[in-house]
Amino acid sequence: MYNFEFEKPTTVAEAVAALSSDEAQALGGGQTLLPTMKQRLAMPEKLVSLTGIADMKGVSASGGTLTIGGGTPHKTVADEATAYPALAALASNIGDPAVRNRGTIGGSLANNDPSACYPSAALASGATIVTNAREIAADDFFQGMFTTALDEGEIITAVKFPIPEKANYQKFEQPASRFALVGVYVAKYAEGVRVAVTGASEEGVFRWTEAEAALSSNFAVSALEGLSVPADGMIGDLHGTSEYRAHLVGVLTKRAVTAAA
Amino acid sequence: MSQVTMTVNGKTATGDVEGRTLLVHFLRDELQLTGTHVGCDTSQCGACVVHVDGKAVKSCTMLAAEADGASVETIEAQAADDGTLNVVQQAFQDHHGLQCGFCTPGMVMSATALLKENPKPTEAEIRHYLEGNICRCTGYHNIVKSIMAASGQDVDSIAAEVAAQ
Repeated sequence: MYNFEFEKPTTVAEAVAALSSDEAQALGGGQTLLPTMKQRLAMPEKLVSLTGIADMKGVSASGGTLTIGGGTPHKTVADEATAYPALAALASNIGDPAVRNRGTIGGSLANNDPSACYPSAALASGATIVTNAREIAADDFFQGMFTTALDEGEIITAVKFPIPEKANYQKFEQPASRFALVGVYVAKYAEGVRVAVTGASEEGVFRWTEAEAALSSNFAVSALEGLSVPADGMIGDLHGTSEYRAHLVGVLTKRAVTAAA
Repeated sequence: MSQVTMTVNGKTATGDVEGRTLLVHFLRDELQLTGTHVGCDTSQCGACVVHVDGKAVKSCTMLAAEADGASVETIEAQAADDGTLNVVQQAFQDHHGLQCGFCTPGMVMSATALLKENPKPTEAEIRHYLEGNICRCTGYHNIVKSIMAASGQDVDSIAAEVAAQ
């Protein structure tokens, strides 16, 4: 990888200042960014590590909301998000143990990889992405593959998840990468059910609103009978055709409902 | 260049690193601790796993600068000073948990991290934990068996052993 200047601030304000220069890039756990830089697909002149900011780490629950610091590693979420078990389970199955010890929720959401697990949880939970500047609803945050509402130099400091009555994430794993070939997150709230799909669409994570409507009136697998997502716009690659992925969306949604019910 | 100082296998280590210097290169090239291997360099294979502040990480996917101030433990610190292998290493030897040995440092470091967290893992838990460690020789069977043995459990109960009986 090309060389760069490295900074490790200890406060959000210092990090924001460090990121204000051109060609500066925030570094979370580095589990995606460092491999990308090795391939020279990214070549920032300055990396600003967020791992030294104590205020951005930790998991807490209060008043029906689980709040996770943006710099919290997956392993910590897996161990400490006991107030939201489906989310803890998702975190415990991202990548592998070494990746989970470094990779962070903020990094994952900011990257918005179309096959990452966390975006589905944030979208299905109607989470709020808290940055140094504002709060962004998950519905507005994800804007297509590797694209988010974040401005240049904006940092995810925390993510707030409303805790659902029931939830489950089903990941059909691509065994070599351990990313989701398709992943479906179903979350049931008093106001209704939300279903978010990762790994499948060329537009990145999306809500399957037809399934949401059906499950909101009847939270049972039978409510999903006859529903399917079109293969058009689904990712097709050597790991699976777009038809295969579209089929998996239906299968995994049913599994998630069964597991959550 | 900037200076980093960390504790490596109980000793203070200081060196100058570039921003891009990976922890594994600092360990191997600066400190001559070549037991930690670079297999894939793409954070897939796990041959480079070391412990940073007690946690297993892929040292090819962590900057040396990020380990400034940390406590790092590598494969070199696993055996006793007189060469006596630790329980995981001994189990790998007893149960032929390696062939070429290239992945072994990472396997041992991951296994040690697993047993610290979960002293009596099931076979399924071991296989799940080793998802980030790739071995191209043994097909994993003897590695899983070694870790079962290192945790003091009966190795005859694991699936492939039962199938062979």
